[in-house]
Amino acid sequence: MTPKKRRRFAFAAAILLASAGAAALTLYALKDNVLYFYSPSDVAAKHVQPGIAFRIGGLVAMHSVTRGPGADVHFAVSDGKLSVPVIYHGVLPALFREGQGVVALGALEPSGTFRATEVLAKHDERYMPPEVVDALKRSGRWKENQ
Amino acid sequence: MTGEIGLLALCLALALAIVQTLSGLSGARVAGSLSRGIATSSATGQFVFVALAFGALIYASVTDDFSIANVAENSHTLKPLIYKISGVWGNHEGSMLLWVFVLSVYSAAIAFLKRGSDRLTSAALGVQGLVAVAFIVFILFTSNPFVRLDPAPFEGNGLNPLLQDFGLAVHPPMLYTGYVGLSAAFAYAAAALIVRERDWARAARPFMLAAWIALTLGIALGSWWAYYELGWGGFWFWDPVENASLMPWLVATALLHSALATERTGAFRTWTLLLAIAGFSLSLIGTFLVRSGVLTSVHAFASDPTRGTYILFLIFGAIGGALALFAWRAPSLEEGASFEPVSRETALLLNNVFLTASAATVFVGTLYPLALDTFTGTKISVGPPFYAATFAPFFFAMLILVPFGPRLGWHRGNLRAALRTLYPALGAALLAFALILAFTTPRSLFGAAAFAVAAWLIASSAIDFWTRGWRGASPASVASMLGHAGLAVTLIGIAGTTLWRSEALEVLGPHDSMYVGGYELRLDDVVGVKGPNYDAARAIVTVKRNGETIAVMHPERRVFPAERQETVETAIRTTIFTDLYLALGDRRDATHWILRAYVNPLAPFIWLGGLVMALGGLAALWSRMRKPRAVPDAMAAPAE
Repeated sequence: MTPKKRRRFAFAAAILLASAGAAALTLYALKDNVLYFYSPSDVAAKHVQPGIAFRIGGLVAMHSVTRGPGADVHFAVSDGKLSVPVIYHGVLPALFREGQGVVALGALEPSGTFRATEVLAKHDERYMPPEVVDALKRSGRWKENQ
Repeated sequence: MTGEIGLLALCLALALAIVQTLSGLSGARVAGSLSRGIATSSATGQFVFVALAFGALIYASVTDDFSIANVAENSHTLKPLIYKISGVWGNHEGSMLLWVFVLSVYSAAIAFLKRGSDRLTSAALGVQGLVAVAFIVFILFTSNPFVRLDPAPFEGNGLNPLLQDFGLAVHPPMLYTGYVGLSAAFAYAAAALIVRERDWARAARPFMLAAWIALTLGIALGSWWAYYELGWGGFWFWDPVENASLMPWLVATALLHSALATERTGAFRTWTLLLAIAGFSLSLIGTFLVRSGVLTSVHAFASDPTRGTYILFLIFGAIGGALALFAWRAPSLEEGASFEPVSRETALLLNNVFLTASAATVFVGTLYPLALDTFTGTKISVGPPFYAATFAPFFFAMLILVPFGPRLGWHRGNLRAALRTLYPALGAALLAFALILAFTTPRSLFGAAAFAVAAWLIASSAIDFWTRGWRGASPASVASMLGHAGLAVTLIGIAGTTLWRSEALEVLGPHDSMYVGGYELRLDDVVGVKGPNYDAARAIVTVKRNGETIAVMHPERRVFPAERQETVETAIRTTIFTDLYLALGDRRDATHWILRAYVNPLAPFIWLGGLVMALGGLAALWSRMRKPRAVPDAMAAPAE
C-alpha cells in the first residue's frame, strides 16, 4: 500500500471502529435507560409493574392535594378518565396547582401509589406540557383553548 | 413610526442580502473585482440595516411602545430597563432578529478582514448572503417582530420571570455568537469547494475560534443560570435544549483541532470541510429544536407549525446543498503530505474520532425520542444514565490522550520522548487517584479516576509551561495549555459536585434548624419584600458552622403579578471550593416553609473551567490576529 492509501485506510478504520463502538453503546443504553411516558389510562391498560421507573402526566385532580407529614405531598394525576395517586417528598414547582398540567417522574409502589422523585409543572400559565395535552386528547378530555 | 422603520430596514437588508449572494458568487468565478466590491459593500450595508431593525425593536421595547404586538406580548412598563432590552431576544421573533444580526456582523467581519484570496472571500460572502436571505425571509413571513396592534393595549403582558435575570440577558447573544459564527466556517468551507481553494482553513480560523469561544461561554452561562435560577441544585440536565448547544460545541472543538492539521500539513482536508458543514448543520438543527416548539422547555417560545416546517426545509436545503457540493468538488482537493502512525496528526485524528463519536451519542439521545414519538407515538425520554453509558466513555478516553497531542511532532513524533516529559504528570495522576480513594467518602473508583485524569491534564499543561518558560511560550502553545487545563478544571467541578453533594429538605417553623453537610441552618423569619415588578417572600436564614454564625442568607420566592408567575430565587454562599445553596420551597401554613439546602463541593470549578477554556481560545485568536498570514509558528517544538 502506498502511504496515502494506508493513511486513508487507517482513517476509515478509526472512524468505523468509533462508530461501531458508539452504536453498540447507544443501543445497549437505549435498551435499559429510557423512561416511558404513560397517562393514568396507560398505567391501567399496560399493567405497569411496580419498581419500573417511568413518567406520568395529566392534570392534578381537583381536591386531591394533601400535605404532610413533613415535606410529603399527596395528590392524584388524572387524565379525565382514570387517576393515579402520587406521593412526593420535595419542593413542588411554583406553578403546581389543582387542575393544572403536571409531569412526574418515579415508579409505582406495590400498593399502586406512584412515588415521584421529581415533579415538573408547566412553565407558565399559557403553556401545557405536550405530553399532557396528548394524554388528555387520547382520553377525550382535551378542549382547545384550555 | 419605529415599527415601520424597523420593517423597512429589514426589507432593505433582504434586498442587500440578495445582492450580496449574487455578486459574491459571481465574484468567485469572474476575474474582475467589480462584483467583489459590490459583495463587500452590500455585506456592510446589510449589517447597517439589520442593526437598524434590531435597534428599532430595542427602542420600541425600551419606550414601552405597546402598539407593536411583540413588545405588548413580552414587555411591561414596570420591567427594569435591562430586561426591557434583553426581553427583545427573550421571545421567538426577537431572538430570530438577533440571529440575523449576529449573522450580519460575521458577514461584515468577513468583508472587512478579507482573509484568504479574493475569490475565496467573495464566495464566502455569497454563501453568507444566501443564509441571510433564508433567515430574513423566515422572519418577514413567519415571525415578523414589527406587527402592529390596533388598538394598542395600555399595558404589556410581561416577560417570563425566569428570563428576567442577568445570566439570561447575556446567554442568548453569547450562544448565538457561537451558533452563527459556525456559519462563517460553513461559508468558508462552501466557498473553498466552489473556488477549489486548498488553504481555506487558515482564512476561516479566526471565525472558528470566535464561534468556539462564544459557544463555550454561552454554554457555561446557560448552565450557571440553570444552577442558580431553577432551584434544583443541578448544573446540567441533558435536556434536549442543552444538548442542542453541546453538539455544535463538540463538533466545533473537533473542527478547531482538525483545521490545525489541515492548515499545517494539509492532512484531513476533506474531513475538515465536512466538519465545518456538520457544525453549522447542528447549529441549524439546534435552532429548529429550540424554536419549533417540538420540545418542552423555557426556550420553546413558539408552537407555530409553519415555523418548524420552514426551518426544517432550511436545514434540508443547507445540509443537502452543502453535501452535494462536497460530493461534487471534494475529490478534486488533493490531500497533503502523509504522516506516520505516531505523529501529531494521529493524535488529532483520535481527538476527532472521539469528539465526533461523543457528539453522535448526544445526537441519538436527543433525536431518538422525537423520532420515536413522531413515527410510533411512544413517548420516552432519555436522561443522565443514558449519557453516562454512552457519552462519558468516549469523552473520558479522549481526555486521557489529550496531553500526547502537543508533545508529538508533525508528520512523525517520538512517543518515548513524549512519555518521558509526561512522567511527572503520570505521578500526579496516580497520586490524585490514591489520595481521593484513600481519604474521601463515599469511595468511588470513577470519582477517583476523574480526579486522576484532571490531575494528568493540569500537570501536563503545567509541565509544558515550565519547560517553555514565560518567554518561550507562544500564544498558540498557551492556547492549548489553557484549553486543556480548563477542561480539567470543569471535570474537577463536575466530579466534586456529583460525588460529594449533600442535600436536605425540611419543613421549618420560626427558629427551627436543619443540618446539612456540617452546616446548621436556622430559619429566623420569612418577610414580605416588594421588588420593582414582583412581591417576594424572603427567608432569613442564619448559617452556623461549629456553633459560630458565619452568614445570614436570604433565599426568596417571587410572585410576578403581571406575568401571573412565581419564581424561586436561590441564595448561594460560595467559597470557590464549595457552594452552600438554599432554595425556599412552598409555604406549608402561616409560619412553616419548606427549605431545601445543598452543599455542592467544587461546583464553581465547573464554570471556572469554561472561563479558562475561553481564555485559551482568546490566546489562540490573539496569535492569529497578531500574525494574519501566520507562517508555520512554534505551535510546539516537535519533540524529536
